[in-house]
Order: sequence, then C-alpha cells, then structure tokens
Amino acid sequence: MNISLFDVAGPIMVGPSSSHTAGACKIGQMARALFNGTPTEVDFYLYGSFATVYQGHATDRALLAGVMKLRTSDPRLQDAFDIAAQKKLKYRFIPIKKDVPEHHPNTVRIILKNKKQNLSVVGSSIGGGKTKITFVNDVPVDFEMMAGRFFSILIGHDAKTFSLGPLYRKMEDWGSVIARQQTICSTKRENHCITVISIEDDYLKLAQVMELEKLPGVEFVRALTKLLK
Amino acid sequence: MNYQFNNCEELIALCKQEKLRISDVAIRREMELFKKSRPWVRNKMKAVRDTMKEAIDLGVKSTKKSKYGLVGGDAVKVYKNINKSGKFLHSKVAVRAMAYAIATNEQNARMGKIVAFPTAGGSGVLPAVLFSTFEHMKSSKRKMLNALFTASALGIAILKHGGTFSAAKAGCQAEVGVGVAMAAAGVTEMRGGTPEQCLNASALGLKNMLGLACDPLGGLVEVPCVKRNAIGATIAMAASDMSMMGVESVIPMDQVVEAMMNISASMSETVRETALGGLAVTRVGLKLREKMGLPPIPEKYLDWRNKKPSAKNKCGGCNGCG
Repeated sequence: MNISLFDVAGPIMVGPSSSHTAGACKIGQMARALFNGTPTEVDFYLYGSFATVYQGHATDRALLAGVMKLRTSDPRLQDAFDIAAQKKLKYRFIPIKKDVPEHHPNTVRIILKNKKQNLSVVGSSIGGGKTKITFVNDVPVDFEMMAGRFFSILIGHDAKTFSLGPLYRKMEDWGSVIARQQTICSTKRENHCITVISIEDDYLKLAQVMELEKLPGVEFVRALTKLLK
Repeated sequence: MNYQFNNCEELIALCKQEKLRISDVAIRREMELFKKSRPWVRNKMKAVRDTMKEAIDLGVKSTKKSKYGLVGGDAVKVYKNINKSGKFLHSKVAVRAMAYAIATNEQNARMGKIVAFPTAGGSGVLPAVLFSTFEHMKSSKRKMLNALFTASALGIAILKHGGTFSAAKAGCQAEVGVGVAMAAAGVTEMRGGTPEQCLNASALGLKNMLGLACDPLGGLVEVPCVKRNAIGATIAMAASDMSMMGVESVIPMDQVVEAMMNISASMSETVRETALGGLAVTRVGLKLREKMGLPPIPEKYLDWRNKKPSAKNKCGGCNGCG
C-alpha cells in the first residue's frame, strides 16, 4: 500500500477522535450512498467501544451526520440531532453491551428504512479515520476505504443470470482499469451476491452507471462518488 | 527518477544524492506516486495549513468547556501571558506554542474542525510549534508550508519503517510522541537546518517521549491529552534547539522507531487507549468517570489499590537494616 502525504497530514475533521468521530461519519456516508434514496427511519446498533463511549466521542452525532450526507469536516456535525429533526428523520441508538467477537471493537450496524426499501450495513472504524464495511444486507463483503483512494462500485446481482463477461467488456470500452474485483455470495439468502469493483485514477459517469444497471441479472448498482472528497 | 524511501536512512541518502531538502523530496514523491501536479500537492497542503490556523485562532479565544467539562479555557489563560514572558522560565515562542497546542486540542475536544496530524489526540504539537516559530521568525509562508511537508515525510518514514500512529497499538508515544518527532523535524528545516539536523532533532524528540502510556480519563481525548500536547510542543522546540547547536543523538531515528515498537510490544493492554490503567484509574479519575455516567471499571483492573507497599519495598529493599 502506498502511503500518501495526506494520510499523515490529515484527515481534516471535526473532533474529538479520528476513529470514533471521523470514521463513524464515513460509515454513515457509505450506508447512505448504498441506500440510494432518502431514508425516513434509521437505527444504529453499536458494538464494542462504540457502545460504551459513543456519547463522549460524539459517535452518535457523527453517524447521524454521515447518514445525512455531511462531510467529516463539516462543523454542522455538532448539530446533527437538530438537522435530523428538521429533516424529519427518525433515529435510534441501541448500544449492544454483549461481546461480539466477530466484529472489530469499533463497529456499528446501520439499518436504513423508508416506505419502499430497507438496508442493513455493518461497518467498522479501524483507526485513523479509516473504515471498513463488513456486511451489506447480511452478505459479507470486505470493503476497505482508505481516504477514498479508489472509486468503487457495488453491484448486487443474482448468481445465475449475471456474468462478469459483459461487465468487463463495458469497462474495457470505457478504458477503465479495474484495480480490484471481488464477488461474494450470501450464505443466508440464496442466489444473492454482491460484486465490488475498485477503479484507480478514474471514475464512471452517472450515465455509465445506469448502463451497468441494465445488464442481465443486476439488481442494483451503487457508485460511491461522493466519498471521494 | 525514483523518490521513494522506506526509512529515514534512505530519506537522508536521497536528500544528499539529489542535494534537496526533505520537503522537496516529499513533494516530488507525492507527485510521482499519485501523478499529481506540484500546485495540486501544494494547494492541498495549504488547506491543511489554513485549517490549523483557524483552529488556533478560535481556540485561543474560546473558554467554552467540553461536553463533560474536563477541559476548556486553559488556552486563554496561557495566551494572555505571552507578552509577560519575562516572568516565566520559557521564552515567548515556547509560551505561545503552549497556548496554540492547548487551543488546538481544546477545539478538538469541543468538536471544532482540526487536522488529525498525525491523529486527533496528537494534533496540537505540530501547529503549535510551527505557527509559533513562524510568527517569531517572521519567516515566509513558503517555508512554513515546506515545514509541513518535511513533517509529513518523516511520518511516512516512520510508518514505512514499521511504526504506527495508533495509541491502541503503541500508547501515547505513537500519537503525541510521533507528533513531537515530526514537529521537531519540520521546525528545524524552517530554521534553516540541514536534513541531518532535522532527523537528528526528531530522534532527540521521540527519544524523550518513549514509553508514554495512553491512559485518558473515561476514554475521552481530553485529560491528559490536551496538556501533553502543550508540553510535547516545548520538547520539540528543545530538541530542535539542541540539534541546531550541534548536539547529536547517539541512536539514529530509525532505531528510535524500532525502540518505540519494541516498547509497545511489552506495554500492558490497560495503558493502550482502553482507559483501564494509569491516570484513568486514579481516585480522581474514577470519581470523574462515575460523574460522566460511564460503566464502572472491572475490579480486576483495580487490584493494585489493595496492595500495601511492604516495608522492604519502601526503602529500596537492600536489606541493609536487617
């Protein structure tokens, strides 16, 4: 892994803790980006040290702010509760006191809901503002985000009708080089897979993302553009 | 041309070979690695510098307390005294640096915007030392920016050499300690020091922060973090001064980093950001924890309070008195 100057000199963030505030905000942003819509209700299940010190480190405000698309450096992060009230977003924080060994010490499960859909995302803050998404809709993924170096797209699809061939052909036509690709299928929900593709030094336009959505067997495509900054 | 380096030794070799300052190597490395233009890299660092300045300016004026009221208002106390430095032991530059360090960390504790350089807990040292020296020397803004590049280059060398910035891994020595090392290198370059003197200063700085435990009250980045940053800033200045006077560190920087990781391996879990040891479990620490409404600390971590020092241990146990 190449370390950038700005991994050392940064991130620019709102205090007090890089892992409990900035990281939490990023997990919230990811969850919102994956949801692709406006949630009306959101539940946060907090694990490990998130559950014990979340109030002192403002993890609650940061998570909520992330879900409302605020950046980690946005001073409005302090007023997240007021902003949520204005936006009529209902929220709950549920600290889980029990030890959950499969999760990293700083972990949160976010459940976003509106009338049409719901989504569950499990993310961990692994120090210095770096985050990792470990489950999307109970499908295990390994989705690490280091200061948004990569442009990532997440494709939900079924196992039978979808194949990677047409996808690769499309990407090749657009001249995008795939840095990392990973497909994981759920053990709980049959025929339900998620493919994560990371592209280096480039990004896809909205029209291109919409085109990917038309491929056979694809349920949804999410591009994490907003997290780049 | 390849501007990559994996430790401080390679960094210094690069500087010598190309006759460059550390900051130049850092900029060229970034340009080469991520294919960015020089103005892009500099502008990004300018944003870092401006954020630091904003945090300081707000911090030295504000007396607002943090959420649990543990910190807040000390920056103002120190800042009003910077013109009376005749009364104090430290010079005006050092007193101002203390004020700036406290200001930055208090801003952090009250949810202000700061730069986590290297992390939020150790974010005060670098801006304090650099801005205070910048005002003292009336140095150019360009030099100030270069000092930030030098500091980050040192951070990269530490990470690449197997070091860490995580207090959960290596205690406070990896946060404030590394902050001191980076600030010492940056400020030395700003004062016109050679690359050798910069690395020497950082070695002197980090050596004096080795073994520092991370034992914050209630796990919050407040006590003792804020004041550790202030005193860390004065250590960085002392290290830089000594290096400029020609005092050399016997142990080179790379090996000091190795020593830091070596110490971290033998550090107890209780003093690595878990708030189960050190200052966090002192009588006052426990009382404050109760006030904050945090769950009590398990009894097994408080065993040491019940142990009475035996007479033997008290006098050093030489058995001299029979």
